[in-house]
Amino acid sequence: MTEPLLRIEDLHVTFSTRSGPVEAVRGVTLSVAPGEMLGLVGESGSGKSVTGFATTRLLDPAGRVSSGRILYRGQDITKIPDGDFRALHGAAMSMIFQNPRAALNPIRSVGLQIADAILSHKRMSKQAAADEALKLLRAVQIRDPEKRMSAYPHELSGGMCQRVMIAVAISCNPMLLIADEPTTGLDVTTQKVVMDLLAGIAAARGMATILITHDLGLAAQYCARVVVMEKGRLVEEAPPARLFHHPQHAYTKRLVAASPTASSRIEDLVTDEERGQYLAVLAACKPQPEPPAGTPPLLDVRNLAKRYDQGAPAVSNFSMTMKAGESVGLVGESGSGKTTTSRMICRLIDASEGEILFDGESIAHLPAREFHRSPHRKDIQIVFQDPNESLNPRFTAFDCIAHPLLRLSRMRPGDALRQRVEECAARVGLPIDLLSRFPHQLSGGQKARVGIARAIACRPRLLVLDEPTAALDVSVQAVVLQLLDRLRREDCLALLFVSHDLNVVRMMCDRTIVLRSGEIVEAGESRALFDNPQTEYTRELVEAVPQVDRCGFSVQS
Amino acid sequence: MSSLPALFGVLVFTFLLMRVLPGDPAVFFASGPNAGKEEIEVIRKQMGLDKPIPEQLLRYLYDVGRGNLGKSLMTGQSVTTDLRERLPASLELTLTALFIAMLSAIPLGVIAALRPGSIVDHGVRLLCALGVCVPTFVSGLLLIYVFYYLLGLAPDPTGRIDVFTSLPPSRTGFLTIDFLLAGDLDGWWVAVRQLILPALTMALFVIAPLARITRASMLVSLGSDFVRTARSVGLSWWRVVVTYALRNAILPVITIAGIVFSTMLGANVLVEKVYSWPGVASYALDALLSSDYAPVQGFVLLMASIFVVVNLMVDVLYGIADPRVSI
Repeated sequence: MTEPLLRIEDLHVTFSTRSGPVEAVRGVTLSVAPGEMLGLVGESGSGKSVTGFATTRLLDPAGRVSSGRILYRGQDITKIPDGDFRALHGAAMSMIFQNPRAALNPIRSVGLQIADAILSHKRMSKQAAADEALKLLRAVQIRDPEKRMSAYPHELSGGMCQRVMIAVAISCNPMLLIADEPTTGLDVTTQKVVMDLLAGIAAARGMATILITHDLGLAAQYCARVVVMEKGRLVEEAPPARLFHHPQHAYTKRLVAASPTASSRIEDLVTDEERGQYLAVLAACKPQPEPPAGTPPLLDVRNLAKRYDQGAPAVSNFSMTMKAGESVGLVGESGSGKTTTSRMICRLIDASEGEILFDGESIAHLPAREFHRSPHRKDIQIVFQDPNESLNPRFTAFDCIAHPLLRLSRMRPGDALRQRVEECAARVGLPIDLLSRFPHQLSGGQKARVGIARAIACRPRLLVLDEPTAALDVSVQAVVLQLLDRLRREDCLALLFVSHDLNVVRMMCDRTIVLRSGEIVEAGESRALFDNPQTEYTRELVEAVPQVDRCGFSVQS
Repeated sequence: MSSLPALFGVLVFTFLLMRVLPGDPAVFFASGPNAGKEEIEVIRKQMGLDKPIPEQLLRYLYDVGRGNLGKSLMTGQSVTTDLRERLPASLELTLTALFIAMLSAIPLGVIAALRPGSIVDHGVRLLCALGVCVPTFVSGLLLIYVFYYLLGLAPDPTGRIDVFTSLPPSRTGFLTIDFLLAGDLDGWWVAVRQLILPALTMALFVIAPLARITRASMLVSLGSDFVRTARSVGLSWWRVVVTYALRNAILPVITIAGIVFSTMLGANVLVEKVYSWPGVASYALDALLSSDYAPVQGFVLLMASIFVVVNLMVDVLYGIADPRVSI
């Protein structure tokens, strides 16, 4: 066994907060060998990022290493004074971050930013540093690197920014790279490209990498060893194949179950013990009677298009139908027009062209500004992506859920309203005593439930879900997905599911529509579409999804 | 161009305001307190004050459109000439004051932001509070008392130069620059000495908003992801704080500086009075007190135009400083 490049021994990190010290990391021990890629997996609050930031000494000023040692090549780097640590930053270890665009200086050209990093460790002329930066841009496979040298971050796409960030991070040949959620927020195809690039560069340079991620599948695909963290503790460490097929720790079992894979079903998202409970609920639902022949579909969209002033249309020639109680997925990369389409269907924005029939009745002619007066406003409700941003911070959970009832169902404050709100809260599994809380006092999952309760308060028949679980941890996502599926079965609620997570859509939706640049590329029954994609684009999308089932291949090679 | 309607609105509004204010310029400018009714009536007719107000307004707008702002009854000169003579004095004073204020406020804000909650931070806060809560006429008099009366370092506060120095040929109207252009270093020194105290008085008052906004915006900038990136690759302290954090933090400071400048130019009449500075603000105040319509209207129009120009300059500066903004 070679000597580890990095060894963390019994690390404790404490944050001083207004309500006293909080331990974010409680005794983590792990080691990284030279050239190895280690996955550090956990949900939010597990302390995985804090461990990374403690290693590179980039913790928030409120946090500090309270005990434990971090050995880099045998030297305890927690003892190094701040001033001397600068020599290590970038040259020995560097980081790449989530949200690459924010991680780059918005008013400095990317070429200069890379050159800054080089010049901070090497004595050379500015011109030489610029040449070096250009080489790095080539190394991270940016097209037209000469032109991109003078570009600003806002002129580049998210994936491009992350490549620039990688170039900055590797500019001084560090031995250790810590990647903190490097592809969260990027499209699956971009994620694949960036991760492949990162893995390739790390292998070529013999650079050890710690991949910090919430995505078990991603870690499994790229790492030889995965460490699972929960609440500041390390709970399990294993090669990915063993972790997936024979998880030991209870938390790992839950996490593995909750991570959707290509073959998982909704009832699989919980551990075996909890599954029975869910199946019982499903069994209790009676199958919905088939509507009599000749009834129009619940939703019939014909040749919908949206044009903004300039450039290509955001959406063009979009047609689809939905039956009551059906679930349809709308997938595509960012900019494919899926959100625009969903906003047009729930009549938050006006279509430039086309027809939307709800229950056989046209609703497209009414301007979006006036649609709140339409009786169909109640029938079509929406659940937004970010549960934090989509709740009024000055409204309690009760007010949030009661708001549509007051406005759309014309209920008056009183016992009836309270009863209905509590009923909705119960439906989504939100404890009644949480109703008096404000959004900032609720967890992410609880906020998501408030958002769903609000959407179902007026008994809609079509629910449009815009990335409803994108901001949630997988274990919370599992519960929310099961909840949505149950609502669909019990209330015969139709779900239009907008998502970039193909595994989720495959599991949740009967049918799937694939969008690209505002046009339908492919549509059909979900399983068939994913198992046997007909177009090149869909195939690329499907293949880009990290698959646990495929793990081990890239590791062994 | 989009500011023209705003300027027009200001024009009409001031005109009406002046007509509503009590006081009759004709009475004021009649030869003496015992002038007869007929005499006042004649003056009124000469000034066009006997016409109905809409007609007066139209005549006024017509004149303004031809660049004629009317005649000041106080000085007997046209308002345009008066303003042209006095504006450079005000501009020189205000620009110097703003320069001093920025030069002290930005480092203060940065230091405070680097160690929030520390003694330094509280010290800066105290300094800012003092600067704001002491009125300029008090701080002005205090400075005169200390530096002129007690220490004798400053010259007597009587305008832009002392009586013994001859004026340089006027080119820019800015005395310090004119002296330099004329190669008269002694004269330049006299002008600078006269300028320092009033500029300092003015600066003291506006350091607070500038330092506070610098601090707030520096705090955001220092906590941002890109500063963390800069630290993660080991950039030097100076690079991180100045090139990365401060350059981003300076953007809102530019906006505030523009607003502060426009405000200082018009509102620091007290400083001009205390130091007998022959600026536009004290000119306008004198005119207002003597119900001299034309200079006040001209002054307001001038201020509004300067405000528009300054805002335009701020936008241009913003465009240079931030590549995300296009003008």
